[in-house]
Amino acid sequence: MLRLIIRRFLWFIPVFFVVTGITFLTMHALPGGPFDTDKTPPAMVQRMEQAFGLNRPVYEQYFIWLKNAAQLDFGPSLKQRGRPVAGFLLPGLAVSAQLGLFAMGFALLIGLPAGIIAALHRGRWQDRGATFVAILGVSVPPIVMGPLLMWLFALQLGWLPVAQWAGLDEGIIPYLSHIILPAVTLGAGLSAIIARLTRASLLQVLGEDYIRTAHAKGLARRTVTIRHALRNALIPVVTYLGPLAAAVLTGSLVVEQIFAIPGMGRYFVSSITSRDYPMVMAVVVIYAFIIVFVNLVVDVLYLFIDPRMDHGL
Amino acid sequence: MVSSSAQAAGSRAAAPSRRSRTLWQDTLRRLLRDPVVVICVLYLALLIVVAIFPSFFATASYDQTSFPNNFAAPGTVVSEGKLAGHTYWMGADKLGRDIYSRLVYGTRVSISVAFLGAAVSFLIGVSYGLFAGYSRPRIDNIMMRIVDIIYAYPTLILIILLQVFLTALAQKEPEQMGTIERMLVDLDRNSGGLFFVFLAIGAVSWLNMARLTRGQVMHYKQQEFVQAAQVVGASDRRIMGRHLLPNVIGPCIVAETLAIPSYIYTEAFLSFIGLGVQPPMPSWGSMIADGYGALRTAPWLILFPALALSLTMLAFNFLGDAVRDALDPKLRDR
Repeated sequence: MLRLIIRRFLWFIPVFFVVTGITFLTMHALPGGPFDTDKTPPAMVQRMEQAFGLNRPVYEQYFIWLKNAAQLDFGPSLKQRGRPVAGFLLPGLAVSAQLGLFAMGFALLIGLPAGIIAALHRGRWQDRGATFVAILGVSVPPIVMGPLLMWLFALQLGWLPVAQWAGLDEGIIPYLSHIILPAVTLGAGLSAIIARLTRASLLQVLGEDYIRTAHAKGLARRTVTIRHALRNALIPVVTYLGPLAAAVLTGSLVVEQIFAIPGMGRYFVSSITSRDYPMVMAVVVIYAFIIVFVNLVVDVLYLFIDPRMDHGL
Repeated sequence: MVSSSAQAAGSRAAAPSRRSRTLWQDTLRRLLRDPVVVICVLYLALLIVVAIFPSFFATASYDQTSFPNNFAAPGTVVSEGKLAGHTYWMGADKLGRDIYSRLVYGTRVSISVAFLGAAVSFLIGVSYGLFAGYSRPRIDNIMMRIVDIIYAYPTLILIILLQVFLTALAQKEPEQMGTIERMLVDLDRNSGGLFFVFLAIGAVSWLNMARLTRGQVMHYKQQEFVQAAQVVGASDRRIMGRHLLPNVIGPCIVAETLAIPSYIYTEAFLSFIGLGVQPPMPSWGSMIADGYGALRTAPWLILFPALALSLTMLAFNFLGDAVRDALDPKLRDR
């Protein structure tokens, strides 16, 4: 187990270099710099670039960045008057994380029961209904779902605020009412995927011999379903949590654009177009780290659920 | 069991064989038995026709602006001016452009992303996976670690980055470009920015396919029919193409069909945030963005492109599920 954890962490090293390397090269290959505006005189731009070390060769800049990043210093933002990148990204990350957790919670809350009900009523209307809604769920993308929900609940019914974000310090009601629509938009597609996965896995388990044995020895249907079937059926669902978290991460990038939420994803798109190199680099590193980390957590969880896997990993 | 019949199909593919035909015929027969599938196929066929001959379906050009008619409601008939007599079936956007006609031309974008994206990812992914899986473990290891590393890069972020890079490339002065660069940029301009969207999506989407194919190859290459082919002296190329490929291709087709909605969506999202197809070329994603901006005052702007996008993704999802069921009934409950 420890070996697995160490190996996974070592895996982050090549990933880190490749991911940051590609990003750094691409960003610096883009024409135009962070200080190019119509108003700034060229001499001024040159001096600014000198001040931030942008006039050096790209590889040198990369090494300097690496050295600083190793000390968790991601440098100043080039667009926001030299304030440190971390000062923007940490609050942004906190917002994105809350959004992501709510979305995942919603996805599991809807997806798991729907999948279980569908599998237990296989072939009947509950099953067909759930399957149909699930396909609908993966087919209505966030850029459609978001505006639709916003139009219905915010503009027509006026129940919820249109967009933007309220922190917990503004009170629990504003907080929740701002987070509901984006979280549902983000979670809807994921809940559909979870529902399909749960249904498939539960159906497979229900066909196993030991389920028949459990029924044969006279256990109650409820006991068999919950104690024997569900437990095993959830293994693939847990494995899916890794890709799910990655999907939430990139999905929040979309949803933050739609609902004007000050999360990390919103900074990312705007900082690419404004050539804010340190900001882009920091966001990409955080994303890559989260993905590697979540996969590690899923592997460890997997070992707990199914100790036989120890040899496989 | 599809694996055994596909296996048989693979090893007999050299001679014109009946088994390999019947597998596909059987699949097709099973597919078309489902009325929902027939509806999806008809709908997608219609979209393809629209995408190929947009001028036949459109009632106006996609970039004809008309300021007196901006935000015209669906069904508005223009009474005077240059466009007199023209009917805005689905209304007009903020520049007075005909939404129906823009939707028609936008079909071209989504449909070509769907099919070309699938084709690119399929070709690269399957050949990469096939080669890696059949190579010596060392080469296989290197090839798959490369895939793993790119895989750690969040897909959407990589696509956005590539797309920014490519669009910036397109804005350079022609004198500063090399020959190949200029060729690519010209291709992109002629396609209204579509070509670079393909490139960005294609560069990322083959990873899944490569992993899937390689996994399948690893499974089959230990089996007797491959050993038999090796013993009779078949070349590696022949074993890969004639024996392994027919066996691994089924699940790959299924996965690719199921991936198509994600290509359509990626393009729509890129255009939504202004990084996709370049205006005035319409894309459903950029039309949704336009409509989103006018959600309060003119909600019909977003209605039709949103409907078109969702229905198309729905049709591909249904079709993907159906293809999977038809190719492998064993998987029906997945």
